[in-house]
Amino acid sequence: MERPLTRNIRPGQEPLSIGDYERAGGYSAVRKALRSMMPDEVMHEVTESKLRGRGGAGFPTGQKWSFVSRGEDAPSPKYLVVNADEMEPGTFKDRLLMEGDPHQLIEGVILSAFAIEARIAYIFLRAEYVLSARRLRRAIAEASEKGYLGTNILGSGFDLELHLHASAGRYICGEETALLNGLEGRRAIPRAKPPFPQASGLWGKPTIVNNVETLCNVPHIVNHGAAWFRGLSRSEDGGTKLYGVSGRVKRPGIWELPMGTAAREILEEHAGGMREGYGFRALLPGGASTEFLLEEHLDVLMDFSAVQKVGSRLGTGTMIILDDRTCPVGMLHNLEHFFAQESCGWCTPCRDGLPWVERMLAAIETGQGQAQDLDILAMHTGFLGPGKTFCALAPGAMEPLQSGLKYFRADFERHIDERRCPWS
Amino acid sequence: MLTTAETEAIEAIARRYENKQGASIEALREVQRSRGWVSDENLRDVARLLDMSADELDGVATFYNLIFRRPVGRHVILLCDSVSCWIMGCEALRRGIESRLDIKAGETTADGRFTLLPTVCLGACDHAPVMMVDDDLIGGLEIGQLDEVLARFR
Repeated sequence: MERPLTRNIRPGQEPLSIGDYERAGGYSAVRKALRSMMPDEVMHEVTESKLRGRGGAGFPTGQKWSFVSRGEDAPSPKYLVVNADEMEPGTFKDRLLMEGDPHQLIEGVILSAFAIEARIAYIFLRAEYVLSARRLRRAIAEASEKGYLGTNILGSGFDLELHLHASAGRYICGEETALLNGLEGRRAIPRAKPPFPQASGLWGKPTIVNNVETLCNVPHIVNHGAAWFRGLSRSEDGGTKLYGVSGRVKRPGIWELPMGTAAREILEEHAGGMREGYGFRALLPGGASTEFLLEEHLDVLMDFSAVQKVGSRLGTGTMIILDDRTCPVGMLHNLEHFFAQESCGWCTPCRDGLPWVERMLAAIETGQGQAQDLDILAMHTGFLGPGKTFCALAPGAMEPLQSGLKYFRADFERHIDERRCPWS
Repeated sequence: MLTTAETEAIEAIARRYENKQGASIEALREVQRSRGWVSDENLRDVARLLDMSADELDGVATFYNLIFRRPVGRHVILLCDSVSCWIMGCEALRRGIESRLDIKAGETTADGRFTLLPTVCLGACDHAPVMMVDDDLIGGLEIGQLDEVLARFR
């Protein structure tokens, strides 16, 4: 099985230096593209590869790029921004890519900036990823010294500046328009869309924001072609995917597998199944803001459309396992505490609604819930749902809640009837 | 007053952005790196360097939870309290730290050695429960290891 994204990664060891990365075939895609391809050809190959955004939303990458105006009359400068603000609870995949093979990300940035004709790029990195920052800084310096970054790269006439921006917390920074405000040195609140960043983004200029894992795929697509990339996958979406598992399983971890690998295979073969003494209850397939799936859903293929068909989202592809000895109401309280705390406060439903939801869940968890609370919570999943708020934070927060109310109804009712948490 | 080194570092950061305000977050972090936190006086100095009003920069500073506008201890403990770590027992860990240091989450020890801050997912869920002390990520934590781990930070 081919594992292009992680082939150079040796956990616990230093990443490849630029020389070793080149000897392993690195930067050959940059040489190929800059010497023999037009930007449109790179974009075409990525579109044909069926690469979909790995940050959680799954938007087709080539199509996103195509919204940027190109050619002589396009606004200048254009920007490429790497969303490395990995802060979705339960998600730890981009850390592996940045710590393990920083040159792969930089190569993806150069190719993608070339495709959209951007000449300035930023990596927006969350504050706590200290080791990623250190390794990326060193890799950027190495790439600049070798002439892969800077002016007239490899004599092609293409220029690219790449900067690392180390942020300072707040989950909302992962929302792409909030991220742009953060990069401009402002409070990171989301912006109204339209205009979309592809038309008016960073400092009002056309901007593409892509996730780390998305960009790391691009060198391999350029090297081996769209058909090869589609062939890596077991589904309609191209490529491999970094799948992770956390919770009370035997071997929590992260694995690069064909896109569309079954949830059961990831959980049982790779994560080794549940720990002794713990049974499987449910899972969140791709971070905190996805809907719960149950045992009956475990054969779902983990790709964007299949997970949607069973009522959830692939999200970041990093599963969180709820075991049978952990209280589902307590877990939902923890999740909604996170979302309430991380609301940026910009729009009323999110700022005021999420703390209400959190407090009601706290009351139920501590035995102070009342029968009508479940209806009020269900009502909030509508009030805070898609279309009612400025960005996707609150609707994301409602995904585990609405599925939790459906799947764990009996657990909620026991808390209310017995006036205590049956797990404590 | 900012030191010459701090001023030069902030000016270098500012050159990476279209305008000086772009540097505000990294500039505040630069001050915090050597001083631990950002005082009102430091904030005014940074604002002047970046052609911003102090109020505007404070609005930015107070948005981000890792810009400290109050003094913190010599070592800052960021204890993850998000979902995977919660499942794996971070609440017991928090109580263990609180009792050992005799502080509550959000507080600083009387000797100024530690500040304990609950934080969102640290992106190391395969090692849950995890925390960071300063720049060190510490995973797979059990209560029994706390004394030894805390002793590393004097």
